[in-house]
Order: sequence, then structure tokens, then C-alpha cells
Amino acid sequence: MNNVYYGKLVFELSKPGRKGYSLPTNAFPEYALAELPTALRRERPTLLPEVDELTAVRHYTNMSNNNFGVDTGFYPLGSCTMKYNPKVNEEMAALPGFNIHPATPDCTAQGALRLYDEVQKTLAEISGLQRFTLNPYAGAHGELTGLMVIATYHRQRGDVARTKIIVPDSAHGTNPASAAVAGFQIVQVKSTPGGTVDMEDLKPLLGPDVAGMMMTNPNTLGIFETQIPDIARLVHECGGLMYYDGANLNPMLGVCRPGDMGFDVMHINLHKTFSTPHGGGGPGSGPVGVRAGLEHCLPNPQVVYNEEKGRFEQHCEAESLGSVSGFLGNFGIIVRAYAYLLSLGRENVPMAGRLSVLNANYIKECLRSHYKLPIDGLCKHEFVFDGLREEYGGDHHDPAHVTTLDVAKRLLDYGYHAPTIYFPLLFHEALMIEPTETESKQTLDAFIEVMKRIAEEAKADPQLLKTAPHNTPIRRLDDVKAVKEPKFTYKAL
Amino acid sequence: MFKYFPHTPDDIQAMLDVIGVSSLDDLYGEVPEELKLHRELQIPSEKSEMEVRRIIEGLAAENQRLVCFAGGGCYDHYTPSVVPYIAARSEFSTSYTPYQAEISQGTLQYIFEYQTMMADLTGMDISNASMYDGTTATAEAMLMCVAAAKKRNRVLISGTFQPNVLRVVETYAKFHGVDLVVVPATSEGVTDRAALQTLVEADNVAGVIVAQPNRYGIIEDFTGLAALCHAHKALLAINTVASALGVLKTPGEWGADIACGDAQSLGVPMGYGGPYIGYLCTTEALVRKMPGRLVGATTDADGRRAFVLTMQAREQHIRREKATSNICTAQGFMCLYVAAYLSLMGESGLREVNEQSYGAAHYLHARLLQTGMFAEVFPGQPFLNEFTLRYDGLPCELRARMAKAGYLAGICTEGMDNCLTFAATETRTREEIDAFVSLVSLKSC
Repeated sequence: MNNVYYGKLVFELSKPGRKGYSLPTNAFPEYALAELPTALRRERPTLLPEVDELTAVRHYTNMSNNNFGVDTGFYPLGSCTMKYNPKVNEEMAALPGFNIHPATPDCTAQGALRLYDEVQKTLAEISGLQRFTLNPYAGAHGELTGLMVIATYHRQRGDVARTKIIVPDSAHGTNPASAAVAGFQIVQVKSTPGGTVDMEDLKPLLGPDVAGMMMTNPNTLGIFETQIPDIARLVHECGGLMYYDGANLNPMLGVCRPGDMGFDVMHINLHKTFSTPHGGGGPGSGPVGVRAGLEHCLPNPQVVYNEEKGRFEQHCEAESLGSVSGFLGNFGIIVRAYAYLLSLGRENVPMAGRLSVLNANYIKECLRSHYKLPIDGLCKHEFVFDGLREEYGGDHHDPAHVTTLDVAKRLLDYGYHAPTIYFPLLFHEALMIEPTETESKQTLDAFIEVMKRIAEEAKADPQLLKTAPHNTPIRRLDDVKAVKEPKFTYKAL
Repeated sequence: MFKYFPHTPDDIQAMLDVIGVSSLDDLYGEVPEELKLHRELQIPSEKSEMEVRRIIEGLAAENQRLVCFAGGGCYDHYTPSVVPYIAARSEFSTSYTPYQAEISQGTLQYIFEYQTMMADLTGMDISNASMYDGTTATAEAMLMCVAAAKKRNRVLISGTFQPNVLRVVETYAKFHGVDLVVVPATSEGVTDRAALQTLVEADNVAGVIVAQPNRYGIIEDFTGLAALCHAHKALLAINTVASALGVLKTPGEWGADIACGDAQSLGVPMGYGGPYIGYLCTTEALVRKMPGRLVGATTDADGRRAFVLTMQAREQHIRREKATSNICTAQGFMCLYVAAYLSLMGESGLREVNEQSYGAAHYLHARLLQTGMFAEVFPGQPFLNEFTLRYDGLPCELRARMAKAGYLAGICTEGMDNCLTFAATETRTREEIDAFVSLVSLKSC
């Protein structure tokens, strides 16, 4: 990462007559595309650029220098688990033996199918559930798949009146959105001032129309919902199923399993808990696990071991919910997660969770003198501040106060990625910090120091924060203009 | 300790002291004891890097890399070295969604380039920042049709779609409550236009989705289809294999409202089914109904042009259950693959790839027919790089026999007795095709 703004688009480097590829001489000159009827052929020329190879390499290299990743520096983005992405995983995923066509006969893909099965089994043990599908492409896609499992379970029992999914008001936005795509109505349950599900608000919502309840535990405030056994019991008593949003699984590794908490269906974000790179927003992977008795609902194709033939096969289950992916999911991501699981093993998987909790609580205790901590007590892998304390940032009701956005932008000047801001929606100035276990005490101490310095700056010179960032490749952007004068392509510029 | 954990015992103790607890386990003091595991996880023990490598290389070696004559939604095109080289830059791969635009211009810029290229290739106004894959992009196109139509709930999809796309769209429809009707294929292997017309004329159709080239490899003629749809207030969505957009009439030229599909064919390795990248493009009029992330241009406080995530009021983290989709991010990183690939190939490279794929596939087609073991199913239908033939034997047996010899002999054509769908791209040489065909014909010996 450097601070010199590059900002060019590849189209601006194009010059007619250049090319950046080489292909063998056409071995089939006797067949020409021009034989196709004109009516089926493209008429308009494209606007694709013409660049030589070095120009392309430099272009993307320069662009990467204006980008911040986990390898660049500390990335305490709450709810995203930005842990270190091990490099051996990348090499393993790129092995030529895995670059095979998805329709290759199963007998020629035994290594790939075995790997899929190993990951499936390992996740089941870590989660305390019976069986996983690795087909869903991302966390939100896993949620959607899990909700389809729940709908399928009720439909197969002829229990068709269950149209509602209960979602806490602190839930990730994907929870209600996934439930809506899966065809459910969403009922929101309130949080108590302590940040956990309000049992008194929940009880009247339960009834014969409830298909299930989605929760993440610890929740998005980083608080463990201690009354989870009671919630699960109540939801089960009314005939619903419990869905675990695995976005916050990291702190629970080897300590407490979703299956043991009473959950029936869950997804895991391999790109969070199991270290696969976030890739600027995908590709992820969102395996879905189920309790015994729900396996048949999982999506097709399923990977099974055929005892008779002594080999792995793709199998289509008649009772399945259907298909959610073209093939067997983001296989390359699954390979990376497998390399991570092998590397850590049973000795270190539980340490990942514990150290992530240690790091989060340490930052929280060190910064509560300067930032407003709305909920006291132990947090798990993350926690939320409600902006600066009044003596540093001013009264939250004063329009001139120093906001969480200002703090976040100032952090960029000091070489840190900002925490998640304005989520969860329970606090006006939410600043959600998740350090993960791969960050050292030195890194955390330096971050804490900077966060305190920013609080002092907010008190002494609020304008400095209001106009931040100052040391980044570009300054604060005009978001409103992006919406009012929409430009989504080079042509529109 | 362990190589991914930087904590020394001293660090841990000092941090516990600040927190005010005495052990790491005490950090879970509030978790009810009966919920805790109290035993070791029953998973493999930790492995050194060498051991990890040995195990996974062993699994990779258990797979057989066949010379590929199959398509069906995944095509064996060549990826220039520069593409994975650029994609290996960890400033790109270890970042997340570009929420903090000031330190994410790299990601935002390549997505903006990707959007420009896909909008241009499809002939549409706007592309989003990608979807998971072609199957889910098509399902999202269906949801978009229903959302845009408000009161109409019926969507027509051509039965000539790849079966795996149909299955995903049908699954989304079943749960979302969309009345999805599959329009049959004619005996010529194309969408039954008469049946489609009758359905559209009932004036209750929100959208029509068709595939190009279709599951049999046939390039369908959509002349008049957009006019028919629009006359009855239905949207038209066309799913095209992305690479083919370089030479085939574009969804925009056909008059489509939505273009969707898989862009695996633009430089993304086959990788046993993923990660791939779905694309979804539309018109200016429908942008607010579009799912997924969108990058726009704006200016910074100094007036410099820069890029930012925009139109987020459509998305789940703002609208929750009222969002246009539940999708959170996309296949961000794969946009980089596509943008880098298309930057290198340009229009002429993409045309040449299609030209050579066309040649290889037509040569393979002719050679297979010459063996006398195959018959045309859809004679005279135009195709690009994929075609369907009837085999005078059991397709699965041929596939098994050829796999032993090191070749992937097409895909069994679902729903068609004794048929195989073959594909060939620019990566297939004349020698490979000759060797393949002579092995295929050994059966008669």
C-alpha cells in the first residue's frame, strides 16, 4: 500500500494495434465463424482495451498499491473475522490435480471427492452436527440454503402453516434478507438493554406459524446469549427449528458447539473462521450443517461413500430441497480450508477461539477509558463501542460531535483498516472491533495507542477528524454524488 | 505456540491481567458449563507444512486430468500466466469488501473495469459487481423479473437451459413462491416459440428467460422475442456463455432487459466447479431492482475522480428483508480474473479464441460423424463450440472407456437417450482430436 494515487483505468492505457496475448496458429482454418448466419452474430464492436503484457501487469500492480489487505496491516473489521490467510493454502488450491472439469466421471475425481468428504466430516465434529453440504457459495447463500432445509423439513411433514422466521433486531442484515428470499415472513424480536434476546418479547411470538428462529451466538455485540438452552427449548416446543448463523463461530471453536447449544441447522463461513481469503468480497464458501434426521433435506448433489464400489460418488437425493449450485460449490475455497484445518489440527483449533476472545477483551479493557462501552462484561471475539466518550467527542445529540465515521477515517491515516461502523443498529455510533487471534499484543498495543491519540485529537482539534483521512491515496469521497450522478461504466464517465 | 498465533505465554498472562481474569478458560466464565464440550475435538492432529503438502498433493494426484471434450457450463479455455500472477497479489486477495474507499481503490477500480467490460460485452447499460455463479445469477434474474413486475408472479424459462441451471432456478422458485413454467424444447432442440407465445399472450408473465448457446450447444434465434415480451409487459432475460459474447449477437442487440450467466469462460480455471463468477447486467431503467454490489465513479474532497460502492439502499445491510436480494458480497476476486483476462485478450483475442474453438468443435463434430458411430440429433442447427450427437452405444460406457484412456468424452445429455454433448475450445489441438476420435472408434475393431 502506498499513498500515491494511481487512479487510471485500463481503457485509458489502450492504443489500437497493441495486444497482450498469443495464441497458436489456427489449426482449423477450414472452419470459419463467418459461416454462422449474420443474424446470430455480434454487430457492435467491443470497447475492450488493447494493451501489451507489461502495461497490463504494471496497471494492476499499481492498482494493488492503493489497496489495503490483511497482509498490509491490522484489519479489525467486526463480524468479518479478518484473520491471517496462510500462504500454503493458496499453493494447495492451485495444484494442477484440482483443475479438472466438474463433469469428469466420479472415478477420476476421487481425490477431490475425498477432500470434500473430509472437510464435511471435520466441520460436523467441530459444530456438533451430523452432516454438512459444502455446496453453498457464501455465508448469505448458506443462510438461504439452511432456511430451505427448514422449509423442506416442515413441508415434508405436511406442516405448511409455518410461514414465519424469528430474527433478533441485532442480527446481520443477511438473516432477514435470506429468510425473505426463502419465502418466509420475518418477525423481529427485541434485544434487552444488556444486548441479548428479550425473552419476554420472544414468548408471545412463538406459535404454530413459526418455522424457526435465526440466531448468532455470540451475537453481533459479541455477547454470548446465555439463555440459549431456554430459547432453543421454547422454539422446539412450538415446533420450530433453530438456525445458527455461523458468522461468529470463531470464538466458540472447541469450547462450545452449536449442536450442543440446541441448534438444528447452521452455516459456516469458511472465509471467516477457516482462514480463506476474503478476496475483496468473495469468493467465500458457506457450508451448511444439519442435525441427525435432516440430512436428506440437504441440497443436491451430495458426496457419499459407496461401500459396495469402495469409492466416493455424487448422489442426488429424492427428498432433497433441490440444488443451490451448479456443481459442488466453491471447491477451490474448500481446499484452502482443508489445508488450514490440517495445519491447526485438534491441538490448535480451540486455541484460535480462545486467543480471539483474549484479543478482543484486551482491546475493550484498554480503550473503555476513551470510548463509550454500552455493555459491560466479558465479550467474545468482538465488541461494540458506542462512539467516543462524551469528554472526547462531545454529546452524541450535538450535530457537531465527532462521529464514529470521523474516527474511522482518521484511523486510515495511521495505517489501520477501520472497524465495522454503524452496525449493529442498536447504537447510533456503533464501532465494532474484531481483532482475531492472529494479531500480536504489540500490534494491539500500537492500535490502542492510536485509538487513544485519535480521542485526544477529537478533543483538541475536531476538524482534523472531520476532514480525515489526510494521508491516504485519495481524500473523503462524495457518496451523494455517486448516487445522484450515477456512473457505472467507463463509457458513462 | 503455533505459527499462526503470535502470543507468547508472557503476552497471554499480561493480557489476562489487564482483563482481570486468571486463565483463558475464564474468558468463557458466562457460558453455561453444560453447553461446553469438555473434551478434545475428534479431528486430525496438527500437521507441519510439509505434511499438509504431502496429504493434499496426494489427494490431487488421485484425480485424473483428462483431455477435456466437455462443456455444460464449464469450458477449458486457456488462462494467460499474467492473470493468476496478478491475482496472487495479496493486497487484492486479503482485503474485504471495499467499505473504506480511501484505502480500497484497487478493488474498486478493477470492479469498475469489470462492470464496464461486462456491460459492453452483453450490450447492456449496467453490470453489477458479480454474482456467485451462472446458476444463481439466473435465479436472481428470475427474482428480479418478479420484483419488477410487482403483481405478476409467473416466469417462463426455456427447457433448453443447462439442467444444472434449471435445477437451481427451480429450487429458488419453489421456495420464493414464483410460478416458474418450463417452456418445452422442440424436436429441433430449440425453445418452442409457439408454446412460449401462447403463454406470454396470457398477459400474466413477469419475465422470460432463455439460454444462448443452449444445453445442446445450439445457437438459438431470438428474433422477435423481445418485441413479443415487451408487448405483453414481460421482461426478457438472456443467459449467454460469457466468452461467446465476443462473437454472438448480444443480449442487448436481441433487446433483452437482463443479461446473466457464468463468466468462467473468461479466464477462470475449471477448478472442479468453482469458484466461478456469475454476471448480471441490465438496463438503466431496472438498476434499482438489481441485486448485488455496484461500484460507481465520484470525486474526492480534492475533486479527483475515484470509485466507491454505491446505490446501497437496495442491499441487505440497509434494507434487510426488503432488499433486492440476500446476497452480501459477490465473487469480487474473480472480477479481477475476468478484468485482467479481457484486458490482455481484447476484442481480437476474444474473437480468435472463439474462432479457434469454433474450428476445433466443428472438426471434432465432422470426425465423430465420420466414424459412423454417431448420428446428428439436430441436423443443420448452428453451434459455436458445443454440440450434441446420438451414440450407437451407452454414453456412460463410452465416457468410462475414454476416461481410462485419458479423455473426457463429453457429458451425457440429460433427458435424451444415448446422446452426448461434446465441447472443444482453443486448447484442443488437431492431434488430440485425431487421437481421441481414433480411440473412440476402436470399439468397432
